[in-house]
Amino acid sequence: MLKFILSKLLYLIPTVFGITLVAFGFIRLLPGDPVLLMAGERGVSPERYAEITAQLGYDKPIWQQYLQYLNQLAHGDLGNSLVTKKPVLAEFLTLFPATVELGLVAILIATLIGVPVGVLAAIKRGSWFDQISMTGALVGFSMPIFWWGLLLIILFSGILGWTPVSGRISLMYFFPPVTGFMLIDSLLSGQDGAFMSALSHLILPSIVLATIPLAVIARQTRSAMLEVMGEDYVRTARAKGLSPSRVIGVHALRNAMIPVITTIGLQVGVLLAGAILTETIFSWPGIGKWMIDSISRRDYPVVQSGLLLIAGIVMIVNLLVDLTYGLINPRIRHK
Amino acid sequence: MTDTTVKISDAAIRRQMLKDFWFYFSQNRGAVIGLAVFVLLVLTAIFAPLIAPHDPNQQYRDALLVPPVWQEGGRAGFLLGTDAVGRDMLSRLIYGAQYSLFIGIVVVAIALIGGVIIGLVAGFYGGWVDSVIMRVMDVVLAFPSLLLALVLVAILGPGLTNAMIAIAIVYQPHFARLTRAAVMGEKAREYVTAARVAGASNLRLMFKTILPNCLAPLIVQATLSFSSAVLDSAALGFLGMGAQPPASEWGTMLAEAREFILRAWWVVTFPGLAILISVLAINLMGDGLRDALDPKLKRS
Repeated sequence: MLKFILSKLLYLIPTVFGITLVAFGFIRLLPGDPVLLMAGERGVSPERYAEITAQLGYDKPIWQQYLQYLNQLAHGDLGNSLVTKKPVLAEFLTLFPATVELGLVAILIATLIGVPVGVLAAIKRGSWFDQISMTGALVGFSMPIFWWGLLLIILFSGILGWTPVSGRISLMYFFPPVTGFMLIDSLLSGQDGAFMSALSHLILPSIVLATIPLAVIARQTRSAMLEVMGEDYVRTARAKGLSPSRVIGVHALRNAMIPVITTIGLQVGVLLAGAILTETIFSWPGIGKWMIDSISRRDYPVVQSGLLLIAGIVMIVNLLVDLTYGLINPRIRHK
Repeated sequence: MTDTTVKISDAAIRRQMLKDFWFYFSQNRGAVIGLAVFVLLVLTAIFAPLIAPHDPNQQYRDALLVPPVWQEGGRAGFLLGTDAVGRDMLSRLIYGAQYSLFIGIVVVAIALIGGVIIGLVAGFYGGWVDSVIMRVMDVVLAFPSLLLALVLVAILGPGLTNAMIAIAIVYQPHFARLTRAAVMGEKAREYVTAARVAGASNLRLMFKTILPNCLAPLIVQATLSFSSAVLDSAALGFLGMGAQPPASEWGTMLAEAREFILRAWWVVTFPGLAILISVLAINLMGDGLRDALDPKLKRS
C-alpha cells in the first residue's frame, strides 16, 4: 500500500508544477503591463513604476521570476488582493467554509437520493419507475443550473415566500464564526431561530448545486448495479437460495459501490464549477462568488491564487479518491 | 458448378453499416426523439429570418415587458411576450438557436481536431512524447472546466469568439485521452503491422490506418461535448463573459432578464427552457449513439 501511495504522489509532482506554471503564466499572459494593470485606473509615476517592477522582480529573466514565485508559494505567500489589500490566503480561508458547507450538503443530497434511486431503477429495470427516474436524471444532467436556480427563486421565494433570496443567514442574527459552518455556528450561538434561518438560506442553493451530481450518481449507480447483477457470483448467491434483499444488499450493492464512490469523489470538480454559478445567483459568500467578483473587478492576484488553490483542492480530492479506490479494490494497487 | 463468392463493393459495405447503425439507433426511442428535436433546432436556426415574426433587436418602445399572448395584457403580435426594452421574445429565441448551434459546432470542431492530433501523436509514438503530452493534459483537467474557461476569457477578453476558444481548450484533453487510449489499443493489431510492412508512412498509419478504427468513442464524446458547450457558453454568457448584449444568445438573454425575475416570469423562463430542451435533445442523441456504436452493448 505504501508503494502505491508513493507512486501516486510521485505521479502528481509534474501536475503540481504544471498548475503553478499556469497560475504564474496567467498574470503574464494578460494583455498589457502587469504593473500598470495592478496600479489600476490611477496609474503610477515612473519612479514608483520602476520601484514596483524591481520589487516584484519583473526586471529579472522569466525563469528567475518563476523560481521566485515558487519560493513565495513555499512560504505560504499568495499575494495580496488589490481591492481589499488583505492577504489572498486569509480571504480564501474566511470564505472557503461557506463553499464547503454548501458543497457538502449538496453532495449529501445527491448521494442520499441518487444511490437509492439508481439501485431501485436497476432492480426494476424497464418499469415505469426506471423510465421516469432515468428521464428525470437526464433532464437534471442537461439542466442549466443558473436558470434552475432562478426558477426556484421565482417559485419558492417569489410566489410562495418560503425561502429567502440571498445570503447565508438573516441579518437579524449575529454571532462570531466558530467553525465557519453556519448550520453548526447558529446552533452553538443558542439564538432562537438562527438555525432555521441558516437552514432556509441553505436549502435552495444546495438543491441547485446538487442537481447535476444527483443525476450523474443515479445514472452511474444504475449502470453499475446492472453490470454487477449480471455477474456469476450474484447468480451463485441467488442459486444458493439467499433472499433477494441479501443478494442485492450484500453481494451486488457492495461491488457496485466501487465505481459509484469514484464517481461521487469526481463530482468535486463539478461542484466547484457549479459553486461559481450557484453562489453568484444566491449571493452566497463563498469562493465561487469571490472568483467571479475578482475576475470582474480585475483583482488579478486573487484570481491567480484562487485558481491555484482550487486546482490544488481538486487534485488532493482526486488523489484521495484514487487512494480509497486502491484501498477497496486491491487489484488496482498491483497494476 | 457455379461460383459462390459474392463480391461486395465498399459502397455496399458502407450502406450495410449505416443500416445496422440506424437499426440499433432507432431501437432507442429517446434517441429518435432527441434527433427529431435536434433537426427541428437546426431548421429553426437555418430559417430563422423566415420564421421569426420580428427583427430580434428591434425595440418596440410602446410594448415593454408585454406578457405572453395567453396571459392578461398579452398582445397577438408578441406570442411569447417582450423583454424590458420591448424586443420580441420569440424572435430572439429563434435567432438564439443560431448562436447555440454555431457555438457547439465550432467548439467541438476545435476540440476534436486538436485533441485527435495530440492523442494520435501521444498514442502512436509513446515514450517521453506520450508522458509529456499526457502530463500537460492532466494539468488542464485539474481545473474545473468552467473556472478555467472563465480565466481564459479574462485573459483573452470577454466575447463570443474568445469564449468558444476557451471552452474548446478546456474540452480538448478529453478527446486527446480518448484518442490516445484507442490508438494504443489498435497500434499492436495485425492490420497495422501489415500496413507498416507494406511501407505505409507514419502519417498514413496514424490518420488512414488507425484513426478510422478509433472513431466510435470520439463520436460519442463529440455529442456530449456539443451539449456541454451549449451549457457552458450559456453559463459564460450569463456571467457576462460570453456573447455580449444585444446578442440574442440564450445565456446572455438570461443575464439581462435577471433583475425582472419576480416581475416578468417569461423573460427568465423561456431562454432557459430553450437551453434545457436543446441540451436534453443532444444528450438523448448521445445516449443512443453510444448504445448503437458500442459493440459490447450491441450484442448483449
